Amino acid sequence: MQFGIFSVGDVTTDPTTGRTPTEHERIKAMTAIALKAEEVGLDVFATGEHHNRPFVPSSPTTMLGWIAARTENIILSTSTTLITTNDPVKIAEDYAMLQHLADGRVDLMMGRGNTGPVYPWFGQDIRQGIPLAVENYALLHRLWREDVVDWEGKFRTALQGFTSTPRPLDGVPPFVWHGSIRSPEIAEQAAYYGDGFFANNIFWPKDHFKRLINLYRERYAHYGHGTPDQAVVGLGGQVFMRKNSQDAVREFRPYFDNAPVYGHGPSLEEFTEQTPLTVGSPQEVIEKTLTFRESFGDYQRQLFLMDHAGLPLKTVLEQLDLLGEEVVPVLREEFAKNRPAQVPDGPTHAARVAAALAQEEVTA
Amino acid sequence: MKLVVVAAGLSVPSSTRLLADRLAEATRTSLGDAEVRVVEVRELATAIANHLVTGFPGPALADAIDAVTEADGLIAVTPVFSASYSGLFKSFFDLIDNTALAGKPVLIAATGGTARHSLALEHAMRPLFAYLRALVVPTAVYAASEDWGSEGTARTDDLPRRIERAGAELADLMESRARTRRPADEAVLPFAQQLAALRTG
Repeated sequence: MQFGIFSVGDVTTDPTTGRTPTEHERIKAMTAIALKAEEVGLDVFATGEHHNRPFVPSSPTTMLGWIAARTENIILSTSTTLITTNDPVKIAEDYAMLQHLADGRVDLMMGRGNTGPVYPWFGQDIRQGIPLAVENYALLHRLWREDVVDWEGKFRTALQGFTSTPRPLDGVPPFVWHGSIRSPEIAEQAAYYGDGFFANNIFWPKDHFKRLINLYRERYAHYGHGTPDQAVVGLGGQVFMRKNSQDAVREFRPYFDNAPVYGHGPSLEEFTEQTPLTVGSPQEVIEKTLTFRESFGDYQRQLFLMDHAGLPLKTVLEQLDLLGEEVVPVLREEFAKNRPAQVPDGPTHAARVAAALAQEEVTA
Repeated sequence: MKLVVVAAGLSVPSSTRLLADRLAEATRTSLGDAEVRVVEVRELATAIANHLVTGFPGPALADAIDAVTEADGLIAVTPVFSASYSGLFKSFFDLIDNTALAGKPVLIAATGGTARHSLALEHAMRPLFAYLRALVVPTAVYAASEDWGSEGTARTDDLPRRIERAGAELADLMESRARTRRPADEAVLPFAQQLAALRTG
């Protein structure tokens, strides 16, 4: 089981001070947060990719490469990589390069992106979102697995005799998650390839995601990748903690009430009841997170959103201390209990290389 | 059969609800029997605003949306505000999946202070449900304040007769739909077909 954080990279005014960080400050805050995540023993740091204000991370591999050079253990990932509007050839090259520089500590989460104008800005059509995700990923999948690719499709210039360079580290491509909030087609796509499925459940009630994840697990088995409980599932979470529950609620409320995503809507109390958001003590965060396993089955990766809505960097770093020291060690212990032996761990490059070698020995 | 009534009156008691109940009763009588569920949009006002802001419905609203989606027939009644349906009424239907009403029999009705707004049913309500691909019955029922205390004339039916006629039309449509409808296919398109569709298209 892997634990980590994912960042949207929003530049948001702190509602308690009225101060808005500069883009430079926000970018540096994101990298400081990533280094802190490694320091407190988290397994994953993931950044979003956006091409519109108020978001800063338009160039994920640049940021992740910088972080890779300053860390030893943490897996660098995305949340999400836009498989619709990026050229799959460039994704293949950029992330293979990052994989070499980070000595394999790289995976990706594919997403379609939901900002309408980004599609035309990159020469695409949002109504083709699913077909773009399907075709572009089919090409990316081949580029990482076949040395020389001949390819024709609907959305991109044909390729004849093309080799994507550098080749993936140790011949093993980065692990891929497919992220989705509502599309069963994406759960089906993840199942078809035997890739991971990440349900970003943080803004929605759990019944909706139960259906999507169950569909993914059933189809994963249907395509012969293993049993339904061996499918690779990741989940989101969103927390704000203080030692004392009331302090957490008092401090977080103005950020909640003004948050760009859900502010000026339901109350903090309604939202915490209906979604994974937990505002309270570390113990409350532990209890809520443990319910995810009851709802969705044993899973492989838990990412928390910690640094949005204008929270100051200092506060976020304190949150990461609490997450790393008081929450994650307990969660590791609890999630390990009664975990069936056939349920896989979170994917790592080393394990995937070992599996590929074992596969070669079987076939040799 | 499941008959769902969406009533968007704002006062309690409301003439919109009064009209909605009479239409439901007329439909139920024509059908012989039906399970009637009334959704009072007023009670969901905050939940509707929250859903618009967050993108997901709270439990009570989710239940109402499911009821509308799964209904065999729908009666939609709104007060007329500024020459159209009320904003709250529209907000509720903005949150219904745009395919959920496809082929569903719907009876539209409205209330207002004077008969001068009656064409709001034809100019605003009917196009809304046409967009949603619902089967809207020919008789739309408008009740102005004066209709609650007047008789018909040589040229127009009185309110009770229009209610009866509209209810019978909805019942007929619900019955014929129930005879011909096939179970919905919710299966996902297998991935190989998604890929193939790109190759051949």
